[in-house]
Amino acid sequence: MAAAHFAKPPEGSWTEHYAGLGTEPVSYADSISPEFYELERDAIFSKTWLNVGRVEQLSRVGSYFTKELDAARTSIVVVRSSADEITAFHNICRHRGNKLVWMDYPAEETSGVCRQFACKYHGWRYALDGELTFVQQESEFFDLDKSDYPLASVQCEVWEGFIFVNLDSANTTSLKDYLGETGASLAGYPFGELTQVHKYRAEVGSNWKLFIDAFMEFYHAPVLHARQAVADESQKLQGYGYEALAYKIDGPHGQVSSWGGMSPPKDLSMVKPIERVLRSGLFGPWDGPDWPQPPGVNPADHKAWGIESFLFFPNFMLLMWKPNWVLTYHYWPTSYNTHVFEGTCYFVPPENGRERLAQELAVVTFKEYALQDGNTLEATQTMLESRTPVDRFPLNDQEIMLRHLHTVTQRSVREFQEQAAAVPGRA
Amino acid sequence: MSNVALPAEFADLEPYADWVLPTERARYNKRIASSMDVLQAFYDAAFPRLEAACEYFDQYPMDELSDEGINLLWLCCSLVTVSFPVEVWRQPRVPDSGAATFDAVLEPVI
Repeated sequence: MAAAHFAKPPEGSWTEHYAGLGTEPVSYADSISPEFYELERDAIFSKTWLNVGRVEQLSRVGSYFTKELDAARTSIVVVRSSADEITAFHNICRHRGNKLVWMDYPAEETSGVCRQFACKYHGWRYALDGELTFVQQESEFFDLDKSDYPLASVQCEVWEGFIFVNLDSANTTSLKDYLGETGASLAGYPFGELTQVHKYRAEVGSNWKLFIDAFMEFYHAPVLHARQAVADESQKLQGYGYEALAYKIDGPHGQVSSWGGMSPPKDLSMVKPIERVLRSGLFGPWDGPDWPQPPGVNPADHKAWGIESFLFFPNFMLLMWKPNWVLTYHYWPTSYNTHVFEGTCYFVPPENGRERLAQELAVVTFKEYALQDGNTLEATQTMLESRTPVDRFPLNDQEIMLRHLHTVTQRSVREFQEQAAAVPGRA
Repeated sequence: MSNVALPAEFADLEPYADWVLPTERARYNKRIASSMDVLQAFYDAAFPRLEAACEYFDQYPMDELSDEGINLLWLCCSLVTVSFPVEVWRQPRVPDSGAATFDAVLEPVI
């Protein structure tokens, strides 16, 4: 393998190729501050397109799910309406503000199929398009016109089957425009065929950006995950280190293009016994569907390409693997130093038990890696918060996406503060 | 224990029927609650039979798998879970994973 020899841009580094990132050591003050997190909630999570699910979750009229968006200070209901459109509402009853849709525990997400939404508190009912259709003891109210009290709608658009919402009612950027060239470069990929879903959830004791940092660089992989490979292979990987095939930045979004020599490996002795039998591993089942990749992946057109990792700012990662399966990551902040992580694996439905087991091995391998990553993050967060004299950290060229994420985050907050300051009467 | 019967040709694995578990969470919980001796014994019995199990599965589309076949599939899923401590970690838990959890919230019925 030609590692350590992948071409870099003429500037000599990826980081210098993309202007405005700088090369100096960085501060992580944006990851340890309750005050900065409050700004992120308003500047980013309440104003940016957020991926909340896939259309397959809403298979028929009346199918719905709720999504807790603590970072955006709300809960929403996403539903397939009577007009067969995916729509979203704030999850609040117009009467006295009770959370409209929940089961047993108000803070937990739920899903199901219904004909209408009925509030548990006083029985107000809403059609699937949000119209208020029934008020208990309506004659007791004063001049109440039900048409004045529909559910509060949320901007909701779908890209390639991925459902996004934007909590900013004044937003004028379409989802398509927001996802930019990167989104366009993946159009037409048969995401909808990948209906075999394994979803995981973890509560992580770190700032949300630290986990994205961990998944947008692979510099750590040969070290932190050394023992996941067989011994000889592990030593070889540490000797090579890690270099990406290419990095791309597109507005707030970014992507890492990586080699993937393990699906299948050139030499079967490189992999563990169970991988040899099941023909699968971290890079997925070796015998996936024979689909062409969309133009957005493998921008360097390298024959060793194996995986493309996209970050759609702020918190949605999409990993597309050579054997045609997909992994998504979502990072939902719950405070400045906690977040809920969701990792979801999407495969074609297995035709038989052998294929099912190959998928199981890929899923469980992902889990083993994520357990290592998640625990390391808590160790990082506590030390960053200790505010030792160490407050500047050098980032190398393979960590360009971290520099980008923190730069975009800080810029978003700064611009929000400048706009707020320019509008009289707004803090 | 008819509810955990395996296909006749895999009767040799029936002493390990306690590994016939239908969810990843249950399989992982059993793994981390087991000693390495228990994990190694299951692996040593089941791993040499994995290729034969795959050849058995090759004969049936997923929706035509018998109850016994589904039990065998779940037992093999447990083997996948157990392969990490046996082949890699030499301990039931992922090293350095501390109190970290990573729970399946949605997975295929079979």
